Amino acid sequence: MNNHGNASVARIQSGLARRHRRERRFLWYGRIAIACALLLLAVLLTSIVILGAGAFRQTVISLDVYLDPAELAPPTPEHLAKADFQGMIKQSLRELFPGIRDRHRKRALYQLASSAAGYQLRDYVLAHPEKLGQTVSIDVLAGADVDLYMKGYIDPGAPESERRLKDYQLAWLQRLKEEGRLKLVFNRWFFTNGDSREPEQAGILVALKGSLYTMIVTFLLSFPLGIAAAVYLEEFAPQKNIWVDLIEININNLAAVPSIVFGLLGLAVFLNFFVLPRSTPLVGGLVLTLMTLPTVIIASRAALKAVPPSIREAALGVGASKMQTVTDHVLPLALPGMLTGTIIGMAQALGETAPLLMIGMVAFIVDPPNGFTDPATTLAVQVYLWADTPERGFIERTAAAIIILLAFLGLMNFAAIWLRKRMERRW
Amino acid sequence: MQPHSLIWILLAFSALAYILGKRWAYQVSGGHIRSLHSLPDYYGYYVALWCGLPAFLVLCLWLALDDHLILQWVLAQLPESYRNLPEDRLSLVINLIRNLLAGERQPGTVDPVLVQAAEHYRQLKSLGYQALTATVLALATAGLVYAKTRITPQLRARNAVERAILVALILSSTLAILTTIGIVLSVLFEALRFFKQVPVTEFLFGLHWSPQMAIRPDQVGASGAFGFIPLLTGTLLISAIAMLVATPVGLFSAIYLAEFSQSRTRAVIKPLLEVLAGIPTVVYGFFAALLVAPAIRDLGDAMGLTISSESALAAGLVMGIMIIPFISSLTDDALTAVPRSLREGALGLGATRAETVAGVVLPAALPGIVSGLLLAVSRAVGETMIVVMAAGMTAKLTLNPLDSVTTITVQIVGLLVGDQEFDSPKTLAAFALGLTLFLITLLLNLIALHVVRKYRETYE
Repeated sequence: MNNHGNASVARIQSGLARRHRRERRFLWYGRIAIACALLLLAVLLTSIVILGAGAFRQTVISLDVYLDPAELAPPTPEHLAKADFQGMIKQSLRELFPGIRDRHRKRALYQLASSAAGYQLRDYVLAHPEKLGQTVSIDVLAGADVDLYMKGYIDPGAPESERRLKDYQLAWLQRLKEEGRLKLVFNRWFFTNGDSREPEQAGILVALKGSLYTMIVTFLLSFPLGIAAAVYLEEFAPQKNIWVDLIEININNLAAVPSIVFGLLGLAVFLNFFVLPRSTPLVGGLVLTLMTLPTVIIASRAALKAVPPSIREAALGVGASKMQTVTDHVLPLALPGMLTGTIIGMAQALGETAPLLMIGMVAFIVDPPNGFTDPATTLAVQVYLWADTPERGFIERTAAAIIILLAFLGLMNFAAIWLRKRMERRW
Repeated sequence: MQPHSLIWILLAFSALAYILGKRWAYQVSGGHIRSLHSLPDYYGYYVALWCGLPAFLVLCLWLALDDHLILQWVLAQLPESYRNLPEDRLSLVINLIRNLLAGERQPGTVDPVLVQAAEHYRQLKSLGYQALTATVLALATAGLVYAKTRITPQLRARNAVERAILVALILSSTLAILTTIGIVLSVLFEALRFFKQVPVTEFLFGLHWSPQMAIRPDQVGASGAFGFIPLLTGTLLISAIAMLVATPVGLFSAIYLAEFSQSRTRAVIKPLLEVLAGIPTVVYGFFAALLVAPAIRDLGDAMGLTISSESALAAGLVMGIMIIPFISSLTDDALTAVPRSLREGALGLGATRAETVAGVVLPAALPGIVSGLLLAVSRAVGETMIVVMAAGMTAKLTLNPLDSVTTITVQIVGLLVGDQEFDSPKTLAAFALGLTLFLITLLLNLIALHVVRKYRETYE
């Protein structure tokens, strides 16, 4: 008997070690899973930051340009519109390298400056009419390949046929660098330009303004509608009513419908049926509203649920009507929670791309929109458009646009957290 | 007058009506507010509603319909040769007229009859706006006058206003139903038009997908095959890869966070995981297309495998990363819903914590976890940007993850982005795909709901 007991104790004890090993293994599975997820997050974010950091600096070339009064006077916008500024840029490039006769080489030389250089020169003349007749030193945008060279993306040691710059171009760039004419400056053009086919001229202003307008439409529609729906369902809707059940099921189902289907809806209803203008923040905002409404409603209902019944009972007790109770007492208390829910929904909408592709917001647009019915694009769509472009120079622009998009999302989420912390009430 | 200025005028008018209504209420009360049924504010709202609401409804209705009506009118005035055109040609004519109006076409380049029609349209439109302005202002005034005659101390202004608000609340909550109906109808109608040209059986069971329609009969590679099976297998392949990545990572991290970690670790790691959920999918797409796919291809080259640069593996891997937080947070919810007493019972019987989790907590939370996984699958099936950027466009019937496949959502985007005519089966096919996508995800969601309802244990 005693022997028997000892045996089972021994068996249990030998098993105990095995069980503890299993316990530790189980713990490690969890740790490894978390480490994997966090590692992937870190890889994603750091690779995008590393790729995109370069786009915030831009190479400029200092050129000495003679502002010929014979050509440029008087410096009025109408007159200057006809002047050949690109020619002057070419002239000053030729003066830097006087020995070049060959047509191919000349063209290669002109490519060192961006095609936007002429416009920069014109703007300079418009801003400084007193400089006419003088030779001025002006910093103009360098071409995309020069920019890549300055940022170290072009390996001068590679065989000539495998890189975008020829040996003689590299020699020119080397000389310009030694003379201090090539420099990297803060890329303010990235924030003030619209989209462009040339990487060095492409900026995100159109996308920023388009996102702003789209978000305004989305907010103006989804916030009041979402709150109204939530208030009805939480405060007024009869229990056990087939319609109310139907609405509930629908809201939960809409939250899980793929976003691209909302794009199809927008295409069929807003564009083909109501003939609203394509590619505009108005239609984009409408589609995103339908998409974010379920999120806003669900969050708003949670906020209403959190208001204790005693508040309602007190208001009803002193003679307020049901509606007065809601508008004067419950709603003000629930509003911060509703607002945070809406901000979260808006953050989702800001990053949404697929439904906007369906309503034609993928158009190539250079001029920033000035209203809700001007063609525009949004930040997320701009990322998609640039990611599709084969030029090497666009990779860093795409990553930079992603950085800005993520920064906005982070800001919105922080605003939501801050609001919640500040306004949250405990009963 | 332009409609948007009309809206501002109407708003100003209603504000004025509010002030007037409040003043009238004071007047009829003879200075004793106590004799009024409602607070004076409510009389103000009452008058403002009568003044603004009917006029606003007419305005909306008019703006929604006037384009259609005027266009029909203008088309009816066109000569016989235009009126008898088939529908698709007629829509070209309509587009031409619209372009003329928008100034995108010069009047010299098109048929003078159409220029005249555009001019006619412009005239009718401006006439319509004048009539609209008159109607709206007349309605607003009439409402104001009517409301004034109604104001007496006995008027139940509050009840009337509250009823109006309640109607507005009900209308906003039915918007969800309207959206669903809108989705179903719009997608269904276009899909039905597609199925008139392509039989349903061919769509559902066809093994070949090549939506290029031949413009000339002898054109090469433009057969116009609409078999949906390769898209379905491609979608399922990528979703399966994504789930293979996301399920273990999501499950184990949720179990660790819910059952083993200290609350401080949890407070740090949980929000970090949720950052993954907040990243827009277009960013994942960029990551997949630009970094993961080349890395996988290079790895394959190093091992002597040929891997397509748009492999299902790359898209699936990155989609898996995207889904991790979704699975982990739903699993976390299911686990924390299991009551403590179950855990304590198991621990009290001598089980280790791992045995408690594996033997007691997980089975109890299983319905919630399964429904979470199903929702994750439906999200993977409907995910668009990652696959658009990282998966291929050519439909191949293959289960090889190293090959390039295409998905339903990729094809929808491919068919609808860019220039296309609106009646060809090619464009309509996108709606048929949208319908199937909607139905697949709806089915998955319903199953998930059913699993939770049927198998969930309720504790106290």
